[in-house]
Amino acid sequence: MENLLYSKEHEWIKVEGNTALVGITDHAQKSLGEIVYVELPEIDDEFEAAEAFGVIESVKAASDSYMPVSGKIIEINEDLEDNPTLLNEDPYGTWIIKIELSDKGELDSLLDLSAYNELCEEDN
Amino acid sequence: MFRYIPATEEDRKEMLDVIGINSVDELFDDIPKNLKQSQPLNIGAPMSEIELKKRIEELGNKNLSNLICFRGAGAYDHYIPAAVDHLISRSEFYTAYTPYQPEISQGTLQCIFEYQTMIADLTGMFASNASMYDGATAAAEAAMVAATVTKRQEIVVSKSVNPETRKVLKTYCKFRDIKVVEIELDEGATCIKDLKDKISDKTAGVMVQSPNFFGIIEDLDEIRENIIDKKTKYIVYTDLVAMGILKTPGESGADIVIGDAQSFGTGLTYGGPYLGFMTITKELIRKMPGRIVGESVDQDGKRCYVLTLQAREQHIRRYKATSNICSNHALNALAATIHMSLLGRVGLEKVAEQCYKKANYTLRKIVETDRYKLKFNRPFFREFVIEGEESPEIINEKLLKDGILGGYPLEKEYPELKNTSLVCITEKRSKLEIDSFVERMGEI
Repeated sequence: MENLLYSKEHEWIKVEGNTALVGITDHAQKSLGEIVYVELPEIDDEFEAAEAFGVIESVKAASDSYMPVSGKIIEINEDLEDNPTLLNEDPYGTWIIKIELSDKGELDSLLDLSAYNELCEEDN
Repeated sequence: MFRYIPATEEDRKEMLDVIGINSVDELFDDIPKNLKQSQPLNIGAPMSEIELKKRIEELGNKNLSNLICFRGAGAYDHYIPAAVDHLISRSEFYTAYTPYQPEISQGTLQCIFEYQTMIADLTGMFASNASMYDGATAAAEAAMVAATVTKRQEIVVSKSVNPETRKVLKTYCKFRDIKVVEIELDEGATCIKDLKDKISDKTAGVMVQSPNFFGIIEDLDEIRENIIDKKTKYIVYTDLVAMGILKTPGESGADIVIGDAQSFGTGLTYGGPYLGFMTITKELIRKMPGRIVGESVDQDGKRCYVLTLQAREQHIRRYKATSNICSNHALNALAATIHMSLLGRVGLEKVAEQCYKKANYTLRKIVETDRYKLKFNRPFFREFVIEGEESPEIINEKLLKDGILGGYPLEKEYPELKNTSLVCITEKRSKLEIDSFVERMGEI
């Protein structure tokens, strides 16, 4: 988790060169509750930072998932279509989308682990 | 609901004094003058209950009721068992609004669950929503679903789809920037060649109706075969009564099946309220507007019903809703459910068979008069198009004098179909009625 960056909307991002994996944090999955459906974007879809790329439905609510930074979808985690609770079981081991970064500079605006933990404490 | 509580002049004055104004009008000062009614409503003087009842009866008697009906064109004169009206008139049903709280509305939820099960069964589809306004809005909503899931902005629709349905479809599409492309007719059915020409990688959905507006049974399999783009959604508008004897659209590979269920439980009520239905494949279930009721068990293991799959409904994510459907036509859906359960599988088959056989008998007899011929030589269900020398308007005027409501004149909607009319026969028409209708038609 140390090597991840975080958005204020509770997504994590793991950068590998020009691409990155995106998922939701443990805090996010706990507040959503049991996740029953994940609506994924399509490969090649492009999104701006903070734009919604999909929807996560839990037994309690349906929430949008936002792009931590701008990018193009290059892979989606199809396992989530049949088994959305993976996000509850292993939030940091379960990525939702793999993106190609369009502006690496945007990464600077994201939070590191300690800043994110502070944010979660404020939430609580 | 509160009972009527009259307010005397004194009561009013007291209330106005409390809030510190002089007249009721002052309460509405914020509304611009030009938006307000400047004169009292022209509704006449107050009447006593006896006078009012008499007046309403007089007005009601101006209606031509009890006509022998040979008209369909989207609204059908089927027999409604007496139990339907009796049961839906129970106050727990007709006063109930939409069931948000499962703990107090298990009965209503169970009705919707039964309704959905029957509609999905009849159409051969995976799931049905809890109902829609009418067939036309269901068709428009189906087009919206197709556009949303395919991210495409073009709907191809056959001209054999009810003209009123197409008008509603166009209105909805206009405000979503969706282009509506119409497919020409071939002998009263969807022209396959034109379909092939007009379908492209921009097509979100292809919409056809079967039995179509002219009563003709379309070849749904052949149309499916011509939708070769895997993304394009196949939308079929159908008739539930016809499902008693026809192959279901689900079996022909439809992605979305819609229609109007007015034939079940809802009489001919001068345009509404009717009952739209929508069913969908498993793949698209989360894109379906409206709500679904699911069956589950409570903490004691007892069977119970809950609203489910409603994440896109207005009361949860209003700004994300793809549809304005929030309420449904629950009472009409209940009427349809009772009607369908009273008929049962065998009853429905018999109703459908009677429509089919009586319509064919009527056609044979009409053709035997030598004054009319069948316009399209295609298999039909309970409606068919005839062509004669005389204008259908004149024919109908004469029929009306004998208490008969004649066929639907087609020229207004289809200028190329001059002197044609669409004749409809339901199971309600007796041989005597049919024979006298044919006799009168033969004399005109």
